[in-house]
Amino acid sequence: MAHAIEADGLVKTYPGDVRALDGLSITVGQGEILGVLGPNGAGKSTTVKILTTLIRPDAGTAAVAGHDVLRRPDRVRRIIGVVSQKSGADPEASGRDNLILQGRLYGLSGTRTRRRTAELLARFDLDDAASRPVKTYSGGMRRRLDVALGLVHRPQVLFLDEPTTGLAPEARAALWAEIARLAGDEALAILLTTHYLEEADRLARRLAIVDRGRVVAEGTPDALKGELRGDAVHVEWREPPPEPPVRDALGRLPGVREIVLDGPRLSARADDGASAVPAVLAALDQAGVPAAAATVARPSLDDVYLRYAGRRFTRHEPSTAGGAR
Amino acid sequence: MTAPMTALVTGTWWMTHRRLSALLRNPVVLVLTLAQPMVWLFLFGELFEKVVELPGFGVRSYLDYIVPGVVIMNAVSLNSFAGMATMDEIERGTLDRFLVTPVRRGAIANAGVIEQALSTAFQSLVIIVLGWAAGAHYPGGAPGLAVLVAASVLIGIVLAALSNTLALLVRDRNTIIGLNVMLLLPLTFLSSAFMAKDLMPSWIRHVAAVNPVSWALDASRAVLSGDPDWSPAALHGSWLLVLTAATVTLATYSLRSYQKTQ
Repeated sequence: MAHAIEADGLVKTYPGDVRALDGLSITVGQGEILGVLGPNGAGKSTTVKILTTLIRPDAGTAAVAGHDVLRRPDRVRRIIGVVSQKSGADPEASGRDNLILQGRLYGLSGTRTRRRTAELLARFDLDDAASRPVKTYSGGMRRRLDVALGLVHRPQVLFLDEPTTGLAPEARAALWAEIARLAGDEALAILLTTHYLEEADRLARRLAIVDRGRVVAEGTPDALKGELRGDAVHVEWREPPPEPPVRDALGRLPGVREIVLDGPRLSARADDGASAVPAVLAALDQAGVPAAAATVARPSLDDVYLRYAGRRFTRHEPSTAGGAR
Repeated sequence: MTAPMTALVTGTWWMTHRRLSALLRNPVVLVLTLAQPMVWLFLFGELFEKVVELPGFGVRSYLDYIVPGVVIMNAVSLNSFAGMATMDEIERGTLDRFLVTPVRRGAIANAGVIEQALSTAFQSLVIIVLGWAAGAHYPGGAPGLAVLVAASVLIGIVLAALSNTLALLVRDRNTIIGLNVMLLLPLTFLSSAFMAKDLMPSWIRHVAAVNPVSWALDASRAVLSGDPDWSPAALHGSWLLVLTAATVTLATYSLRSYQKTQ
């Protein structure tokens, strides 16, 4: 079966020589959830616009569920659901009317549209507000309606373009829970763009980090972090241990390096901190210098971003309070 | 009907349904926008009542003369702001939401045309009725009035299509407002809306002859008179139809262009 999304070498230049995409390539498998992570202006939204047939790239190819985005946009539109950054719901119309119109635009019959609308209103906890104009909704309710609008026709591929930007923390958490549930659906592939490191870490099984219009790193969140020089391992004693047996014991362990002993505290780097800690503790026990505590600090996606984009993520986004770590 | 045709028709139906529901949710707007033509009708009607006494004006009651003028001018000014609503839809993300669904681009454009046509026809009828209540006569009767309403709808669609094209290509409210302000007065007064052609200076008469607003007016007045003359109505009506088709095509094309440049 074809990949849910296959984009290769996408280039898009806007008037004024702004190169939004510079050879971006991504692949999303069936039922997979890919997080596209990058700061504002990295090219995330342009990618979504191309893949959802809104704009045409200057160069490159893209297919959604095997349908060429440029040659058969009509086929692509039938199988994608899109939740864009801007809501797009009619503010004067009720949530229910918005959903019904959306179902009709996809050619659903009256009965099916009504059934699906009731189902989605219940699922997204919008039952009570269903008959109210959307302009009276809270930010979180609007966003849930937007996701519901994207799901009316049971798409195979769902695009979520910065779905939680601008939401209050509780509303964001609620939407995350909902997206995590969607991700459990084997038949639905999701492309999620975000500039929240925490969001990408939590929701996406695979990440593509984009910077200046191209993918600079790709892999599972853990693999990406694992590619860094390793985890930081910290060991503590009640009293400063004698240095030679400690160095001797740890020096023999594979994958442990950069050992720094400072009084009763030791720090080292390990390729995989979680498996290194038991080995470190056992080796110290054997050497007769048992440790009191050991902790591992995993590298954050921020460290990953720093490595691949050459600069810190958070500096671009001072407003990610509660998002970035 | 072929499948693409069916898709276009059902798409047009649902997009129109959406727009008319919005109109019905807030019908006050339709009535409020009638304030301006009311001012024209009664203020101009009173102010210039005596101009018909000028030798060569050719009609006895100025009110009779300006009802078509006000109907057409209302259609022009109402529809020239259609682009503002389109701007709202662009900025809110509503247009993009529709563009990523299978709904035909033609259906989106058609729905706009149909809504403009219906609201223009409604307003034109209201002005005709109010004019009649104020004492205007329509000797051409129902056929003449039908032509007047049709002409107002056509010139309205032309202006709405141009305004939407501007919104889609330029995407700037100030440009739309600026152009409207700049064009509304010349379109009005370089036409036969308020002054008989025979009394215009010759250069204005020449400009007025190629002003589509005059085409709509000349077509209507020719058949509204006591002695209806259908040949100028047919001629000007045809020109108006051609222009309507051209501008609607332009608006639909600019919807496609919008997709390439956003």
